[in-house]
Amino acid sequence: MNNLSETWVYLSASPLFHLTLTLAAFQAASFVFEKGGRNPLLNPVLGAVAIVVAVLALTRTDYFTYFEGAQFVHFLLGPATVALAIPLYRQWHHVRSSWLAIGASLLTGSLAAVASAVAVLWVAGSSEALMATIAPKSVTAPVAMGIAEELGGLPSLTAVLVIVSGIFGAMFGPLLLNLIGVKDWRARGLAIGTASHGIGTARALQVNETAGAFSGLAMGLNALATALLLPILWGLFF
Amino acid sequence: MVGYLTLILCCQLFGEVIVGALGLPVPGPVLGMALLFIFLLVRGHVPEALGSTADGLLRNMSLLFVPAGTGVIMHLTLLSEALVPLSLAVAISTSAAIIVTALMMRFLSKAAADE
Repeated sequence: MNNLSETWVYLSASPLFHLTLTLAAFQAASFVFEKGGRNPLLNPVLGAVAIVVAVLALTRTDYFTYFEGAQFVHFLLGPATVALAIPLYRQWHHVRSSWLAIGASLLTGSLAAVASAVAVLWVAGSSEALMATIAPKSVTAPVAMGIAEELGGLPSLTAVLVIVSGIFGAMFGPLLLNLIGVKDWRARGLAIGTASHGIGTARALQVNETAGAFSGLAMGLNALATALLLPILWGLFF
Repeated sequence: MVGYLTLILCCQLFGEVIVGALGLPVPGPVLGMALLFIFLLVRGHVPEALGSTADGLLRNMSLLFVPAGTGVIMHLTLLSEALVPLSLAVAISTSAAIIVTALMMRFLSKAAADE
């Protein structure tokens, strides 16, 4: 028993355990997702986060200790975002032929995301700070946090809402798109990327390369559009 | 393989440096994506090894969001206080963005095709 606790002390101080935990949790969640016939309710990101949170709670580990190990995985988000240039390049002929439709759809979708999120909290009587926290929730996390700070929100809570929006879009986006009968992969990808940034894009890439490329494009453009326009729009209302 | 991974990291690095120096409102990696895209436009095709390096990264992209998602444990109290309005807002707003973008794109693509 003494040996075991010594081993635990050693392991909990090295990044290896939490790095392995992250990968193993994702493997397990992906296995369940595949076995469950790719049911969107079994979303692997959601499942993996649930497993990791449960293990951290059971071992009474704080987030910063966990992140010491998990940062190696987290770091790869940057290179993966850069790599989105490749599917975008492969689909460039589609993008070039409909850039006006892409720009206009993206702007209306982006506005719909901000306006509806803020409207729900306004009806619920939430504080202005909470409305500022949720307003940029469809934008990729680093940009959304910057915008929330500028508007007077809580950036770290924004990051959580961004992730939840991403998972929600990856889970229910395809169902919603089937429901309204949109079959065009370009429109589907654009919609998922506008609403659910990188998490939606990761899911779209697994289904169809055109959808993935348009989703990655929408993620980048929505980050740019929201960062430039939301602070101006916000100033008109608050 | 290592060469192209270096290229990807260089694009990110230049992206971060330019964003930092000019105070741009986009994250470094998004600008890095634009830089790599310009490289590909100049090059005229995707080198095979770059394609496989990128595909390897992108195939497992979902995994990369797990550490950030686990950050939810720092906000459990705040989240539980406003659970209903926040959940409703996320669900309604994400659905609205998906539906509005997709319908608008379909409408405008059809309008362009009919011209």
